[in-house]
Amino acid sequence: MQTREERTYQAVIGLEFHVHLATTTKMFCGCRLVYGDEPNTHTCPVCLGHPGTLPVINEKAIELGVMAGLALNCDVAERAVFARKNYFYPDLPKGYQISQFDEPICNGGHLDVPVGDETVRVGITRLHLEEDAAKNVHVGVSGRMHGSVGSMVDFNRGGTPLMEIVTEPDIPSPEAARAAANHLKEIMRAIGVSEADMEKGQLRCDANVSIRNPDGSFGTKTELKNMNSFRFVERGLARELERQQGILDSGGTVAQTTLHYDPETDEVHELRSKEFAHDYRYFPEPDLLPLELSEAWVREIESRMPELPDAMRARFVEDYGLSPYDAGVLTADRDLAVYYEAVAAEVDPKQAANWISGDLRSLLNESGEEVSNSKASPERMIELICLVRDGAISRSAARDVIGRVFETGDSPTAIVEREGLASVGGDELSGVIEEVIAANPDEVGRVKVGDKKVMGFLIGQVMKATRGNADGGRAREILLQKLDS
Amino acid sequence: MLDLTAAALAQKIREGEVSSHEAAEAANHRVEEVEDRIHALLTPTPEIALERAGRVDERLRNGGIKPWEGVPLVVKDVLSTKGIRTTCGSKILDDFTPLYDASALVNFGEDLVLIGKTNMDEFAMGSSTENSAYGPTRNPWDLGRVPGGSSGGSAAAVAAGEGWWALGTDTGGSVRQPAALCGIVGLKPTYGRVSRYGLIAFGSSLDCIGPMTRDVRDSALLLQAIAGHDSLDSTSANAEVPDYLADLEGGVSGLKVGVVKELMDERIDAGVRGVVENVVGGLEEAGAEVGEVSLPHAYYALEAYYIIAPAEISSNLSRFDGVRFGLRETADGVHEMYRRTRERGFGDEAKRRIMLGTYALSSGYYDAYYSQAQKVRTRMIRDFRDALSRYDVLISPTAPSVAFEIGAKSDDPLAMYLQDICAVPASLAGIPAISVPGGLSEGLPVGVQLMSDHFTEPMLLRAARAAEEVSGFAFSQRP
Ligand SMILES: [Zn+2]
Repeated sequence: MQTREERTYQAVIGLEFHVHLATTTKMFCGCRLVYGDEPNTHTCPVCLGHPGTLPVINEKAIELGVMAGLALNCDVAERAVFARKNYFYPDLPKGYQISQFDEPICNGGHLDVPVGDETVRVGITRLHLEEDAAKNVHVGVSGRMHGSVGSMVDFNRGGTPLMEIVTEPDIPSPEAARAAANHLKEIMRAIGVSEADMEKGQLRCDANVSIRNPDGSFGTKTELKNMNSFRFVERGLARELERQQGILDSGGTVAQTTLHYDPETDEVHELRSKEFAHDYRYFPEPDLLPLELSEAWVREIESRMPELPDAMRARFVEDYGLSPYDAGVLTADRDLAVYYEAVAAEVDPKQAANWISGDLRSLLNESGEEVSNSKASPERMIELICLVRDGAISRSAARDVIGRVFETGDSPTAIVEREGLASVGGDELSGVIEEVIAANPDEVGRVKVGDKKVMGFLIGQVMKATRGNADGGRAREILLQKLDS
Repeated sequence: MLDLTAAALAQKIREGEVSSHEAAEAANHRVEEVEDRIHALLTPTPEIALERAGRVDERLRNGGIKPWEGVPLVVKDVLSTKGIRTTCGSKILDDFTPLYDASALVNFGEDLVLIGKTNMDEFAMGSSTENSAYGPTRNPWDLGRVPGGSSGGSAAAVAAGEGWWALGTDTGGSVRQPAALCGIVGLKPTYGRVSRYGLIAFGSSLDCIGPMTRDVRDSALLLQAIAGHDSLDSTSANAEVPDYLADLEGGVSGLKVGVVKELMDERIDAGVRGVVENVVGGLEEAGAEVGEVSLPHAYYALEAYYIIAPAEISSNLSRFDGVRFGLRETADGVHEMYRRTRERGFGDEAKRRIMLGTYALSSGYYDAYYSQAQKVRTRMIRDFRDALSRYDVLISPTAPSVAFEIGAKSDDPLAMYLQDICAVPASLAGIPAISVPGGLSEGLPVGVQLMSDHFTEPMLLRAARAAEEVSGFAFSQRP
């Protein structure tokens, strides 16, 4: 018998994403989509499934679906067909969900996912459009149906345009799965297809998990449902892989089943398999005509597509001379990238990258503010970087100034004047340096015989005397001149 | 006034000779007089009729009304009527009051003078109106016989003079067959010509709303009222609505009329065939070029229909689950609630079709049944394309027999399904078809069916008008 150490386990993970599309109205009726309103305030006979009502396709949703498909390198179908997926549930008013089955809007594609220093290519099997179900609210202690005293349905969400993206089972690790989910979110946000906020349920993720058999074939897969944060995607998958490994190590076999990750206990639980033993009896939706997607329309959509994060990252490296890491940080958030480009157009792009990916980003993270609403506007940032470049303030003073700008939105120049942060420069700095030389003869002597380390001490003395309002670089320059002469 | 056609009454209303209010009163009175015997209406709406008729009269005084307005109408209980109980002939919708009006009724005009909602086979499934959860409707020609179905209430109401005209729905003959059995005109327009929004779906790919009227002119006028594109129905045709009355009296001279061989065989009663032959002869005398035409797949049409329609209804009826509207049986747990509600709410035929359809769509059976049926449907469409490239109008009986006795077929669903053999081919192809009374057999009315290509209703109505003329049958002949 093999021991755990002898056997190597290769995870095989496929993901299934559900993404809410950023339309203003629902998939098949005119009701507005508003998150967090009073229950059942955005409903009509159509999305309540009243007798005699009919669906009408939201064209914007088709456009966003095509955009997403293009961004994921898919083939956009010339013809797509909506189909009915039949099953009973209180959150499904018609008793069927209008979805797509054998003729989805997009087929075959891929997503290049940065995982650490590598790039993992994840295949996309298909992308299709459907309507979301409503939301069941279970009244009672547990908040789940089991053991609840009653259930209510909020139909505000019912009929939200939903895009399902299914990947190939070629994701090698929970870490890669998390990165893939995160990268997908970035792309969806960048092209404006979805806010893809997992907390709001705008991006949901299920997974198929198995462990490859020693002979290379796929093992029995299990389905892991509703991991509702990026962290839980990784943790849930890790737990499930551990569970499967445990079974295999003890000589058992993995059973095909559906599981649920519980973040509170950090464990996976089996759902009653009966609930998922469905024959959905798909058939083409007779109330809707097949979608005809003309090549010209698809090309027109493509021409209007915003730049994708990967392309933008490459361009930042190329055009601005940034490191791939900095480019990655700046393009991870589309608003931050826009901010950066506004600043980089006016000042040294590398300086801009340092200030924005460093100081500004940590201020944003601490405050939870959005960069697009920040009082530290691109104009203020440009002004600040110019002050540093021109030696008007020291780098460390500038750090204080950006903090004030971030709080107040005031001009950096005004803050510098008001707070007396102007750089000690010219004659004044020269005088301070002479005083420092005079006061530290021993150290000066050691520098003169080549002990460069002591330079740091002397510069520190200069900074101390100017209360930090000196440019370190300039101080060093003047100091060296004086010592040489 | 009760003997006038709807078109004639409409004219008198516009000319001020009769008021819409008076017409509504007369219709209400007629309902009181005959309804005990006929049972055509599930929900009579006498006050609503009078109130709306009064508004029509007022609008007429203040300007004008549309040519069809003011004439009292009955509407099959499958069409959604805002604020007025709509049951679909089912217990599951016993107390259901819709929030909106069907688009066909909206097209009709502001103040539809509604006399009542008519009885029907539950969810339009049946050919005798015996499948109504509210008891059968009786044929005014013989109270021991069925009026046909599923729009039997509408057909019987028109034949009995409870309102001048009616709306029915036709999925596989449900307007045409009862029209034939009650001696009135029933038109199934081209699929998509009239919006389905508000038609509580049976077979979504087949359902059509159609006029049921005293004569062909009334049919043209009522189609004019309800036809048109509707942005709420993606399958409604975005094609201009022609003037259906303009060429109505144009005759059949030079028109090529093909008698459908497969629908004139021994499955059709001899008396029925005789009436059809007589009308064909009359059309030939009136100048039509008559020939025989074959629709080879017509033999398989019924089988295909009885897979496609149940498949669609099995899904369409899923929304009746007791959660949001209609009947709800209390139970411990949602699945048990579904089971009890649907067990009690649906009748036998509805359950039978749900099971048939569910089976046909099940994994492992889909290809053998549903896909196969769709292939037959495609062949049927091709048959019609070939036939209609050579003939302008195709002709056949509407139903294989005259009205049968109540209870005669209710224990034999297959015998009942055979009532649809002549009607179903046009339904599968989506082409327009009309049933016109052609004469009597055994003292009961026989319908002659005319069919033509998609959106050629003006020509179809012209041919139907000629057939009506040569048949010698008149609405006033009714008992
Ligand atoms: Zn809605």
